[in-house]
Amino acid sequence: MHPLLLVLAIPLAGGVLLALLGDRERAGELNAGVSLATLGAAAWLTAVVIRDGPLMMWGEQFFVDPLNVFLVTLTAFVGFTTSLFSRPYMRVERDHGKMTPGRMRLFHSMYQFFNGMMLFALTTNNLGILWVAMEAATLTTVLLVSVYRTAASLEAAWKYFILCGVGIAQALFGTILLYLAAERAIGGGDNALLWTHLAQASHSLDPGIVSLAFVFLLLGYGTKVGLVPVHNWLPDAHAEGPTPISAVLSGLLLNVALYAVLRVKVLADGALGSGLPARMMIGFGLLTVVVAAFFLSRQRDVKRMFAYSSIEHMGLMTFAFGLGGPIANFAGLLHMTVHALVKSAIFFAVGHAAQKAGSQAMEDIRGLLKVSPTVGWGLMLGSLAILGMPPFGVFASEFLILTTAMRELPWATPFLLVALGVAFAAIFSRVQPMVFGETALRPLAHPPALLPVFIHLGLALMLGLYIPPYLDGWYRQAAQMIGG
Amino acid sequence: MNTLLAQSINLFAVVLLVLAFAMIAQRRILTLIHLFTLQGASLVAATLVVAYLTGQSHLYFSAGMTFVLKVVLIPILLHRVIQRLNVRWDVETLFNIPTTMLIGIVLVIVAFNLARPIAGLSTSIARGTLGIALACVLLSFLMMIVRAKAVPQVIGFLSMENGLFFAATAATSGMPMIVELGIAFDVLVGILILGVFMFQIREQFDSLDIRHLEKLKED
Amino acid sequence: MSLAGLFAQLLAVVLALGLAPLLTGWINQWRAWLQGRRAPGLLQPYRTLHKLFNKESVVAENASPIFRVAPYIMFGSMALACGIAPTLSTDLPLAPAADAIALVGLFALARVFISLAAMDIGTSFGTLGARREMLVGFLAEPALLMVLFAASLISQSTSLAQIVETLAHRPFAIYPSLAVAGVAFTMVSLAENARVPVDNPATHLELTMIHEALILEYSGRHLALVEWAASLKLFAYSCIGLALFVPWGVAEADTPIAIVFAIPALVAKLTVGGVLLALIETINAKMRLFRVPEFLATAFLLAVIALLVHGLLGA
Repeated sequence: MHPLLLVLAIPLAGGVLLALLGDRERAGELNAGVSLATLGAAAWLTAVVIRDGPLMMWGEQFFVDPLNVFLVTLTAFVGFTTSLFSRPYMRVERDHGKMTPGRMRLFHSMYQFFNGMMLFALTTNNLGILWVAMEAATLTTVLLVSVYRTAASLEAAWKYFILCGVGIAQALFGTILLYLAAERAIGGGDNALLWTHLAQASHSLDPGIVSLAFVFLLLGYGTKVGLVPVHNWLPDAHAEGPTPISAVLSGLLLNVALYAVLRVKVLADGALGSGLPARMMIGFGLLTVVVAAFFLSRQRDVKRMFAYSSIEHMGLMTFAFGLGGPIANFAGLLHMTVHALVKSAIFFAVGHAAQKAGSQAMEDIRGLLKVSPTVGWGLMLGSLAILGMPPFGVFASEFLILTTAMRELPWATPFLLVALGVAFAAIFSRVQPMVFGETALRPLAHPPALLPVFIHLGLALMLGLYIPPYLDGWYRQAAQMIGG
Repeated sequence: MNTLLAQSINLFAVVLLVLAFAMIAQRRILTLIHLFTLQGASLVAATLVVAYLTGQSHLYFSAGMTFVLKVVLIPILLHRVIQRLNVRWDVETLFNIPTTMLIGIVLVIVAFNLARPIAGLSTSIARGTLGIALACVLLSFLMMIVRAKAVPQVIGFLSMENGLFFAATAATSGMPMIVELGIAFDVLVGILILGVFMFQIREQFDSLDIRHLEKLKED
Repeated sequence: MSLAGLFAQLLAVVLALGLAPLLTGWINQWRAWLQGRRAPGLLQPYRTLHKLFNKESVVAENASPIFRVAPYIMFGSMALACGIAPTLSTDLPLAPAADAIALVGLFALARVFISLAAMDIGTSFGTLGARREMLVGFLAEPALLMVLFAASLISQSTSLAQIVETLAHRPFAIYPSLAVAGVAFTMVSLAENARVPVDNPATHLELTMIHEALILEYSGRHLALVEWAASLKLFAYSCIGLALFVPWGVAEADTPIAIVFAIPALVAKLTVGGVLLALIETINAKMRLFRVPEFLATAFLLAVIALLVHGLLGA
């Protein structure tokens, strides 16, 4: 019984189980239990990889290497903590009458399928299967975004489906073009889309085809990362669904999409050697950071604001990977990790705050420290962390990215600094009145699960101060492999 | 006989392109579904011919799958959806139809030019039709943009997928089987979700006009 | 200019004049049968022409010479069009004039004069018909030109005789661009010949008629000539369509005996074509007038697609 099999099978089996049992009283516990089992399997997988090195499984169809092993564990971990958070959160939602039994079943089963599909996408070696899993991950969450059936959530889900669908269709065209290039270089057949084979043979791939393929793939998967100008679906989709879904969408799915972009970038760099992929990623990344920061300052809904913050950070990561080189790649990978942790923690706190206030508008949420100190501190610390305050991990990665940018691309640095500054001012000025001051809010019926918030923030703090040796080793190896 | 068959691939490709244009010019949703079914049928025919001429047996299977999915299942689903939602006519377009068709011609020219260098590098028997496949994708994209109702947008989306599938057949003589199975599965699930969606939209807004879904704008 | 060519030319014109009403009668018969009515008889158009020629032609007092001359011009240009289209043989003395563009010019000449004549009297029906005819013609002409260009790309020449020779010489192959151009040509010829779905040739409702409105004022021999010219126009369009898209059976140059076989081949093709046209007319309903520009725009765009596809596929 190999841990990889468990990692993939447990969420899928859990999804089927929860489709039947998801409306029971104990469904939240069952959901958390399945996610805990997935986390256990992921931890076991990680231990195996630490011991044995990169894994190739089942006819070379699955591949676990330094780039995706920490993402697998991160996904399983955040999936687990989010399921802990969703337990009381969805209870409150049900009590407020927003969730019927059918919707609860849908929520729980799709949550598990979503996690399973993301893990599939992360561990597969076949670029075609990667596409299938990415699209499946989107499909599982579409109905969840609209689960409250309000006009705004229907609109958000429709845009999510259509815009991401168009984007993913472009990615499919890019994949087809890659297959064409692979056919010419290493022969066709079932193994032509295996990433490991393509990476080895990347110098013999036709540059014309690969450059066109990369454009389509960057635009396609970039839609799912949330790059400007194809980001329109993201603020709505992340703001309108139930908060557990916002947390995993912002924290995890964006990472998986960026991972797909990175895999393709390695192939394109090998085939082209011209730096086109790097320049495109720098361009889109910079554009994303600047645009997102300015839109962020105009938001009035708290979840939309943090959704734009996600866009901004993904843009920063894309920029970092575009810069390339060992330091920037290391910083990007670290940023992927801490952003997932901190952003989901923020969404946990925000979710409970919005529940207390009965609304997501920031002017309705006031004085959280008075009514619920844990929620208030969680939100405060989380916002500080995401804004890049030391000693949280985000500071370390942003610092590394900025110093590398100053060295290699000095003209971009002012834009980055201004954008980060605008975001800082906006978020800080909005969060302050939400946390401090007098309040008219009242406590919730079910005690909120805020342990996940502090676990995440604690981990982010730790990563800012000390990175465990194996993680450090993976980051370096992956940074080297991503190259540039 | 074989040369005639090879030429018939070109004919099917052109039929695909003409159907994509016809879909842009259509006003009645029922006819749109019929055109989409025809498009699926010519896609199946083209795949079968390529399978026969290149001897790749997995293409027979993928042709069969396309037939079941795009010619039988999805049109049946769409028919049921529009019957229950009672939509027949769609007179809402953003531009008038002749203008849209002119834009379509420009897109076709762009697609042909874009695909020319790549088609030269392919070794597939149907490589000349890569430009047509890309043109079909762009035309479906245009159809999604100019239509203001939900069902034509969905059909545009599916027709884009048809174009991509044809591109895979044209450029590379078919993707690996497991990938095609996965894609087919995704498409089917996607359609089911969209069907559910359209009911939800109709329930909320009493109409399937997409312009109701434009309220969440930046202010 | 060979003797055989001259003979073929005369034969083609005579045949066209003789067969055109028969084609119209054949189409009317099939339309009646398909609609479950009793047919008026295959030779009815001849009887109509005979009757009209024997009647007195009544002309309005304020009619200008254009009114009297227009039917003759129309008849003459249609007969010429029938003569130069390669119906029986490609070795025609007038073949150099059988250029695609010249043909379109001939049709335009006829259209201009009949429209002027319709407006000449000053009745409202005439002007109505003239404006509608001009609308259809304005849109149909570029479409027709595009179709002819698309069809001429394969043989690298716009001379119809050249096109026929090239296509008949090649082994049978599927030309997608020709297929699409053929569909576009059918749409244009439906519009130009005042057939359903563009115009009902048997209607006299002012809301819907185009062709009939133009000739409302004519009587006697003028009307006979105009009706004959309309049949000739349909005959010419059919022959051009057959020459472009179904060219087998036309006699080549230097094979005069083949003309003998060309006549049955032509009759057979026209028979089938007539039935298909009747079928199209029965299946379709007449379009509303403001849809006609869309119809013709579609034909134009199909022809452009045929051009582009030829450029891409080389076929």
